[in-house]
Amino acid sequence: MSKPSHTATWQGYLRPDGRKGVRNLVLVVYTVECAHHVAAKIAEGEQDTHVIGFPGCYDNQYAVNLMLALARHPNVGAVLAVGLGCEYTRPDKLAEVVAQSGRPSDWFRIQQVGGTRSAIERGKQRVRTMLAQIREQTPRVDMGLKDLTVGCECGGSDGTSGLAGNPTVGAFFDRLVDAGGTAVFEETIEMIGLKAIMLARAATDEARDQIDAAYEKAVRYCQAVRQYSVSPGNFAGGLTTIEEKSMGAFAKSGARPIQGVIKVAQSPPAPGLWLLDSVPDEHFMQFGYTNPNDTEGLMDLIAAGSQIILFVTGRGSVIGSPIAPLIKVTGNSATYRRMEEDMDFDAGRVLSGEMTLDQAADELTQLVACTAAGEPSKPETLGHREYFIMYKHQDTPPLQVGCRL
Amino acid sequence: MPTRCFRIHPQDNVATLLDDGSPGPAEVLGHTGPDRLDLVETIELGHKVALYDIAEGEAIVKYGVSIGRATAAIAAGRWVHLHNCTSRFDERSQTLDVRTGATTDTRYE
Repeated sequence: MSKPSHTATWQGYLRPDGRKGVRNLVLVVYTVECAHHVAAKIAEGEQDTHVIGFPGCYDNQYAVNLMLALARHPNVGAVLAVGLGCEYTRPDKLAEVVAQSGRPSDWFRIQQVGGTRSAIERGKQRVRTMLAQIREQTPRVDMGLKDLTVGCECGGSDGTSGLAGNPTVGAFFDRLVDAGGTAVFEETIEMIGLKAIMLARAATDEARDQIDAAYEKAVRYCQAVRQYSVSPGNFAGGLTTIEEKSMGAFAKSGARPIQGVIKVAQSPPAPGLWLLDSVPDEHFMQFGYTNPNDTEGLMDLIAAGSQIILFVTGRGSVIGSPIAPLIKVTGNSATYRRMEEDMDFDAGRVLSGEMTLDQAADELTQLVACTAAGEPSKPETLGHREYFIMYKHQDTPPLQVGCRL
Repeated sequence: MPTRCFRIHPQDNVATLLDDGSPGPAEVLGHTGPDRLDLVETIELGHKVALYDIAEGEAIVKYGVSIGRATAAIAAGRWVHLHNCTSRFDERSQTLDVRTGATTDTRYE
């Protein structure tokens, strides 16, 4: 049987670092909540212009790393950084690093260019100029599955997620990896109780040690914050324990060996299947929260360079994402029918006997290829561009550094 | 059409409902084991039914792994959830409403 979707090629956008994008976007980045409104107004009504930003006035290395990874994402062609003028995070430095990556970039501080209206007007001019520039100048290039990094997380899970939604993505991930592409899954706090199963999937001894460390940290984290990653909706949907939810969530990783563990804002150093550790490290600010909502986790997957992300839901969800198109998969056909305007893929057909898991994975592969070729996903069409960048620490400085006590 | 439920692994002592089920005969799909079962109570899609009589303290097995422990004896055909199954890790979930999952330990006052 021929499987044309696995060998599909389409036209992508070549970035100076050699990575290939499936969209050609201008990204507006604000560096404090005070600049949020201006940034949103700059992007409003502009084509192919997305917004992200960080609300805090005190800067945070994790958040800066994350913003820089997103600003140099393969789907992003140019960046405008907008600050207020008082905050620690520096829009000038963001723009400088983006420029070093070979992308057009600009920045300003609102306090220095007038006020709200003048800042919006200036921002819009810059966005339009840069968009015209990247549309004209970005080289088009052939792309296939081997050039794709795809991330997956699940949210609003129910009893069908582990039976159909996540296994379908797992079978797709196997196809992506076999084609030479890169797959990223995360949520180590949803792998509680599965240590032996995860370690058995390690590609190398080094990967095994990395998985072991990430797992143990996730357990310590959940104990420290006295909260496991399971929600009222999960219980209402039939999941009874975190162990049960974990087994279902882990099914999205498919069956290929895990090459290693990356942290937030890192890209996988080689193709294959990778585990993303987004759990905060122990720190003098304490752990904080790891994935306070689904959007936060999606940002991590995009920052790993995923040009497309998959979101598996059972109960239903309406979120989308900036930068990388989000494809929504549900294993629950009733949810698909009820929320068809938001759902891209009904993996529940595997449970009704309408198709096999392999057929579902082939169809999903085709959908990913079509989306990569430019076909908008449903969340994209609906205008969903949710983002969330928070304070977090994935480094542990000596406790005495920073303040005179 | 009888209610359908799915057994994922041969060692599982629970199956997941593929339809909303009411008391009466149900069909067990998936891996080997009993292919019929009588539901003795209403169980919603996505929830679990005991395939055998399970003793208090026994492991609840799904995907071939222990996903928790029975906190009471569970007869075959009964609903397995927060009221009779507990995590080896998570304590808070035991305080949630068994039907809706709603919190009962956060103060709204």
